Amino acid sequence: MHSFGYRANALLTFAVTILAFICAIASFSDNFSNQTPSAQIQILNINWFQKQPHGNDEVSLTLNITADLQSLFTWNTKQVFAFVAAEYETSKNALNQVSLWDAIIPEKEHAKFWIQISNKYRFIDQGHNLRGKNFNLTLHWHVMPKTGKMFADKIVMSGYRLPNAYR
Amino acid sequence: MGFIGETVDSIKSIKIRQVLTQTVTLGMIVTSALIIWKALMCVTGTESPVVVVLSGSMEPGFKRGDILFLHMTQEPIRAGEIVVYNVDGRDIPIVHRVIKVHERRNTGDVDVLTKGDYNKDDDIGLYADGQIWLNRHHIMGRAVGFFPYVGWVTITMTEKPIIKYILIGALGLLVITSKDRQHTEKKAGRWWGSGS
Repeated sequence: MHSFGYRANALLTFAVTILAFICAIASFSDNFSNQTPSAQIQILNINWFQKQPHGNDEVSLTLNITADLQSLFTWNTKQVFAFVAAEYETSKNALNQVSLWDAIIPEKEHAKFWIQISNKYRFIDQGHNLRGKNFNLTLHWHVMPKTGKMFADKIVMSGYRLPNAYR
Repeated sequence: MGFIGETVDSIKSIKIRQVLTQTVTLGMIVTSALIIWKALMCVTGTESPVVVVLSGSMEPGFKRGDILFLHMTQEPIRAGEIVVYNVDGRDIPIVHRVIKVHERRNTGDVDVLTKGDYNKDDDIGLYADGQIWLNRHHIMGRAVGFFPYVGWVTITMTEKPIIKYILIGALGLLVITSKDRQHTEKKAGRWWGSGS
């Protein structure tokens, strides 16, 4: 009962159990962090707004995104994945979510930012429903931990509207 | 040399009842592992509650060798969720993030586009020919938790199967010989005890 094999086995099992326990606690501690993120998005310009040859509407925007996501970082955070999606409904679709821009924030210092870009991903509708369409711009974030449970949440900003005519 | 000699001796002195007991014990261990796995499948609602990340397309969040815990509910699929999906005709599941969602009124059918965080392009190139959207039936689960490095065990065993055989062989040998050594020690103890 005291051979090297038994001892190594017992030690290994104990080490793995302790490690799993510590990781679970680390993940659990994320529930207690106080999160107060804030964001603002402005549409600076509608670059163009056309109907594609297939009949789908497409629009290109320039956005001004200001956000402070520093409070999302805990000691167990590896990175925060942030993205901005345009959300709207049409007669055919109850919900459309189109991601316009995303970024990976690896550290707390980079989580307070201001950026002005045109949409990274194409904003294409299923159909031609975008003229005069009211839509929300939502900033989503996904907290990816060093170990354990991932958290996601969002801020919805409404009141945006596309022009009534193609341009 | 002593260890090998002992091992050979203990293998020679195996009795039938012992072998049967050991086989049953081994069977019990394997079946309880299977029960735990199936129970996990029930609880999480997916066919594979744990997957190993095989590519670097979700770096730096998920690296090759990490494992992901999956969960599948009937809730609608929304942008930002990290989903695991199978493309028709391919058997390796892919773990990427949803970037576009178009959900139909009334039926609740949904068209989804995914993209790996580290990739420059979206996943249309990965879908089947002519397919431009994923639907609900392609998606096996959502990633809800993550554990680093542990998946390397599975990756090594899949890519170098010889290691799998060595491991199983060693385990089998350990099970057979260790129980025997207890038995031989007990027998030896009886001899010495009765001799005094």
